[in-house]
Amino acid sequence: MTHGEMVDGIASLLGSVLAQADPTPQAYLLEARQMQALSLGVHIPLVCFGISFPAIVLFVEGLWLRTGNPAYKQLAKRWSKVMLILFAIGVVTGTILSFELGLLWPNFMERWGEVFGFAFALEGVAFFVEAIFIAIYVYGWDRLSPRLHMLSGVPIVVAGVFGSSMVIAVNGWMNTPQGFELDAQGNVTDVDPVGALLNPNLWHEEVHMYLAGFIVASALVAGVYAVAWLRGRRGDYYRAGLVVPLAVLALAAPAQIVVGDWAARTVAETQPVKLAAFEGLHETTEGADLTIGGVYYDGEVHGGITIPKLLSLLAFHDPNATVKGLDTVSADDRPPVGWVRNSFQVMVGIGTLLALLGLWFLYFRWRQGRLPRSRWFYRAVVAAGPLSLVALICGWIVTEVGRQPWIVYEFMRVEEAVTGAEGIPVGYATLVVVYIGLAAIAAVMLRRLARKPPEAETAAGADEIEVLP
Amino acid sequence: MLEELALVVLLVGLTAYAVLGGADFGAGFWDLVAGGPQRGARMRGFIHGAMGPVWEANHVWLIFVLVIAWTCFPRAFGPLMSTLYVPLFLAAVGIILRGSAYALRGEAATISEARGLGALFALSSVLTPFFLGCAIGAIAAGEVPADGDPGDPFGAWTVSTSILIGVLAVATGAYNAAVFLAADAKRAGEAELAEAFRRRALGAAVAAGAVALGGLAVVNSDAPDLFDGLTSGLGLLAVIASALAGLVTIWLIAGGRFEPARYTSAVAVGAIVAGWALAQRPYVLPGELTLHDAAAGQPTLIFTLVGVVFALAIIVPSLVVLFRLKLEGRIGHQPGPIAGTAGEEGGR
Repeated sequence: MTHGEMVDGIASLLGSVLAQADPTPQAYLLEARQMQALSLGVHIPLVCFGISFPAIVLFVEGLWLRTGNPAYKQLAKRWSKVMLILFAIGVVTGTILSFELGLLWPNFMERWGEVFGFAFALEGVAFFVEAIFIAIYVYGWDRLSPRLHMLSGVPIVVAGVFGSSMVIAVNGWMNTPQGFELDAQGNVTDVDPVGALLNPNLWHEEVHMYLAGFIVASALVAGVYAVAWLRGRRGDYYRAGLVVPLAVLALAAPAQIVVGDWAARTVAETQPVKLAAFEGLHETTEGADLTIGGVYYDGEVHGGITIPKLLSLLAFHDPNATVKGLDTVSADDRPPVGWVRNSFQVMVGIGTLLALLGLWFLYFRWRQGRLPRSRWFYRAVVAAGPLSLVALICGWIVTEVGRQPWIVYEFMRVEEAVTGAEGIPVGYATLVVVYIGLAAIAAVMLRRLARKPPEAETAAGADEIEVLP
Repeated sequence: MLEELALVVLLVGLTAYAVLGGADFGAGFWDLVAGGPQRGARMRGFIHGAMGPVWEANHVWLIFVLVIAWTCFPRAFGPLMSTLYVPLFLAAVGIILRGSAYALRGEAATISEARGLGALFALSSVLTPFFLGCAIGAIAAGEVPADGDPGDPFGAWTVSTSILIGVLAVATGAYNAAVFLAADAKRAGEAELAEAFRRRALGAAVAAGAVALGGLAVVNSDAPDLFDGLTSGLGLLAVIASALAGLVTIWLIAGGRFEPARYTSAVAVGAIVAGWALAQRPYVLPGELTLHDAAAGQPTLIFTLVGVVFALAIIVPSLVVLFRLKLEGRIGHQPGPIAGTAGEEGGR
């Protein structure tokens, strides 16, 4: 714990003690932030499946239509049920989020709702389309003609991508707010909803998250079939269940490195303080070094390999460029560096490992035309799923904690936005219980699905969908 | 003008949620009171099967309402959330429990587990519309301050008008659910169940009507401004329209004509929602904040409304496809004996 964090900690402790006697609007800021972070942390992995899984399922269904091999149909049908379960849970967690935005941050919504709300309205539409067609698709197996059935899946793909883009647009806006003016009293005027939506942070966040969606979903799914592979399960069903997500992972993970570089360069331009937090760079430096690895505590990076001038080179493609440090803003306006820097390292580290795993797969696929034989490859695939989840959450910590102390970057601080409601801890505790329950439900339902043999999907009477959300 | 249009969009969304989402919650109510495990088994099975494919789609209306509210009326949304966080949080918890318990019910290993989960599902189905109704009641009764300190976190939504609207929301949901389920049962050739739901629909319709009429007396003493609005001018017109639609619905149900009754019951709900808005014109938060002052700037309203028009162009045909497929029995699982007969009536 740094001296600064210690002071912060004591201050917030004092704050919460004082709040007992005299509730102030900021009494439960930390709890409110944790509650929001918890809810997003639960929701985002589900979003990954919403972004990517429908396309993967449709691809497998397309394989079935082209080849007539029932294994592909079994797989697509099985995965569509997984998709429905995760969507149903996502509806619940997404509803919690919609409520939370207002319940925890009423001043944020009141002041800025008209600026970024348009994107949420579009997201609501996409969500609607998704809900409608996911029902048609999953409940329509064997009841609609094969072509019509596959066609009914297309809107799910489009809506999944479009809807998440809109939410990302709002996040991008919180980081690079635009599309409004402030009058003399500080009131929001001259709102340009489209300008707010198309903010500078939208593009890289969108592509970065989109690829992350494909990486997380494919790594988790591939992991399930890698376990089956290690247990000696073979056949078209298990092979496709492994190869399709592995192919997705192998394409998305290396691409993510390129996109990550783009994202960091954009942040260097739009939010230099955040970039400084990524690297724990305290002072503005010309030709800044980059330390790979190491852990940040006590106000500096310990360990790791330092490469001279690499940060300047990466951030501005010029080894002598000046990189702004945390010292460009006052201490009150700096994010908690430890969280941001360490999460950033974990994300980049795992991302690199996933890309290497993808290349491992591609090498054997292209040069030898087969899957790797080493059991270690399959063990690595099993590990890739949970690791990709860790990287995903770390990435969001980098973005969101790196934005602190602002909720609307350089326009509104989180403590101005938070509710004055008492009883936040009660709500927090309730949510923790609810999420544990939801996780248990998901686990039970997915396990039950996994226990059934693949042939059950195409057996007589298989059109009875028992998985009801 | 624009803010009125945005309000109409919001209220249409609210009506859709009250009718479709409310009917889902109402189905949970009938599950709760279906009787012991033996007697209620068929009805519970039918309810379970009837709701599967459309649950999420019905539910999304709530998200739609929230999003339109904070985008188009941010200056009302903030105070609402600051004052009414208790009932809204409880409603949200109800939504979660309901979805989860419903999903898990098939998983229960023992009968007592199944009953426990079923009870949780049914109970949360009642609590969610109740608390949402209470929140609306608090707005209508003028308990939500626009500026300064938020209202009392408990006192604001426990005034009698709030409780009344909470109860009314539960009753309306139960009545809509019974109408929808009766229509489903009739289409599926389940005459006995159709008759059971017919009786329930009638009972619930009478109960909802009684609560609504008796409630006017409560409103009179509790929120005189709201009462005046509901008993004069356009507000009165809306109340009469709602009452007429309610009576027509009862007549249709009594005659076993469930299909048209679906629509007249929706009209009854829509009219009362409209009546509420008309009664508190020009306020969003009565006596505190007018519609005009609560509204977002013109560009936001224009873009949102244009977006909604495009959205409706996509969503309405999609919903029609979904409901048609469900009504034709082409999607969704058909519990028990229904599977055999659904095909014959398909395509009507």
